[in-house]
Amino acid sequence: MSEFWILLTGALVASCCGILGVFLVLRKMAMIGDAISHSVMPGIVIAFLLSGSRDSLLMMFAALVFGLLTTFLIQMFQNSGIQSDASIGVVFTALFAIGVVLVSLYARQVHLDQDAILYGEIAYVHWNIWELGGMNMGPKAVWLLGFTLLVIVAVITIFYKQFKLCAFDPALAAAIGIPAAAFHYLLMGLVSMATVSSFESVGAILVVGLLIIPASTAYLLTDRLGVMIMLSVAAGVASTFIGYYAAALLDASIAGCMVCAAGVLFAAALLFSPTQGIVVKKLRLRRLAS
Amino acid sequence: MDKILSMLADPNMQWIFLGCTLLGLSSGVIGCFSYLRKQSLMGDTLAHAALPGICIAFMLTGVKSIGLFLIGAGIAGLAATLGIGYITRNSKLKQDAAMGIVLSGFFGLGIVLLTFIQHGNYGNQSGLDKFMFGQAASMIASDVVAMTIVCGLLISVCALLFKQFKIISFDPGFARGIGYPVAFLEQLLMFLIVVAVVAGIQAVGVVLVAALLITPAVSARYWTDRLGLMVILSGLIGAASGAAGTWISASVSNLPTGPVTVLAATMLFGISVLFGPKRGLVAKRLMRRKAKRRFNRDTELHAQGSVKKEAAL
Repeated sequence: MSEFWILLTGALVASCCGILGVFLVLRKMAMIGDAISHSVMPGIVIAFLLSGSRDSLLMMFAALVFGLLTTFLIQMFQNSGIQSDASIGVVFTALFAIGVVLVSLYARQVHLDQDAILYGEIAYVHWNIWELGGMNMGPKAVWLLGFTLLVIVAVITIFYKQFKLCAFDPALAAAIGIPAAAFHYLLMGLVSMATVSSFESVGAILVVGLLIIPASTAYLLTDRLGVMIMLSVAAGVASTFIGYYAAALLDASIAGCMVCAAGVLFAAALLFSPTQGIVVKKLRLRRLAS
Repeated sequence: MDKILSMLADPNMQWIFLGCTLLGLSSGVIGCFSYLRKQSLMGDTLAHAALPGICIAFMLTGVKSIGLFLIGAGIAGLAATLGIGYITRNSKLKQDAAMGIVLSGFFGLGIVLLTFIQHGNYGNQSGLDKFMFGQAASMIASDVVAMTIVCGLLISVCALLFKQFKIISFDPGFARGIGYPVAFLEQLLMFLIVVAVVAGIQAVGVVLVAALLITPAVSARYWTDRLGLMVILSGLIGAASGAAGTWISASVSNLPTGPVTVLAATMLFGISVLFGPKRGLVAKRLMRRKAKRRFNRDTELHAQGSVKKEAAL
């Protein structure tokens, strides 16, 4: 049974991240995703210190606040003349440092150690059960991730056209009256939510791997947005399964193996994508030459 | 107070203190060039990518020595830069996505290897996880000596090639025109960044070592428009934060050095944002008020002038 829950959790994480990652990659904001996944740390720790539990809505809210704060600060420094990548670097390292200091200062009071934040504890997911009126409802993480996935799917479906236009042509979107800034913050809010509900399972740093790598894999395989989202989720879920069994084989971190599997899938897409793969392009050139 | 004095009297502590100050200084200096070349996040990517290199070096040799780790991390960093270049050149992915892929892919591999080491029997592996957030106090004398030498080398290379680095930072086309080996210099600069990152990992940790490259440089940029001055200021800010980080983390138990160093640097950054001449928020506010007052005065004078003219008519 534990295997089922672990795989389900991983698949949910991969789906949440896969959908959002597509928009990050298309809008060339992959590193902002990286920044947010680091800088929700203080939010997680503060909410944990306040509520004492690991999967509260308070934690979601705190992470949302810090995610939006990160986006806002990056934007502010960028407007005041700092290069975009430098402002990303300054903001996320500062917030992450605050988070780590809080963890180390209160490490004895709370059950939240640095290892859990870095690597995640997907292997222990099925021990943290949600009980409702004495009934076993399954792991809490699954419910939390399911809720997040529902929110993400709902928001993206409702505003699909707007997100699409903002991703490909922000200038046109602004010209026809779509509030591009509002959608930017909405997207970043969703990314923070996905990050915080995934951190328990895969760790704060590896979330970024699941955000960017499957989406990039999908980007190399298709030119259609809808197909790209599907492929991104599929690549994410596939890397969860491959990663889980590889980890069992090697006796190593599951989250780490998941990201490695995603990396291998990406490398395969880079080389053998039917339209843009490097090997395929080479073969086509050779055929043309002969 | 006694505690602080006794700590500073401890010769081991003095060494560590010196090492971290030098580390801050050298990464601040290198950071300026990477900031001007718009490669700030490269340091972050290289730091994350160094983790598997360090793990492989440890697995092959079974000893924890900063020299070996430097080699392992250097090779991993080189592979990471090549990977980023390969992805951006051969696919439609942009540099940020390529960086994200390489960063998280390498880091994932590093974590797999790290847990692999922890689960396997590799003898004295305790302390390898300290590389995540850095623990300057865990350094031994030989580590500090190695770090000091590396930092000294970094600073002297930067001082010797200052003119060359200056030109390739501002105008690579011109540098190529007057016959500098631009590709070689760019690779050298990248290599220096790798060295600075690797030297900093033990003190500051994999996750945050990038901040030592970015934050002092950005802060220094607020104070001056001259590269020479910026490099010196950035070095000083880095040195101050390195010193403060070591000192505070050594006096409070259970506090890793990396985050404290980064927070010290961020505080100096905040001061720069507020009080930097010309660019700082306060200076801008004052300038705006002055401009407004001048505008009001001018329009008033203008209005009086036209009133007089009308009266004369």
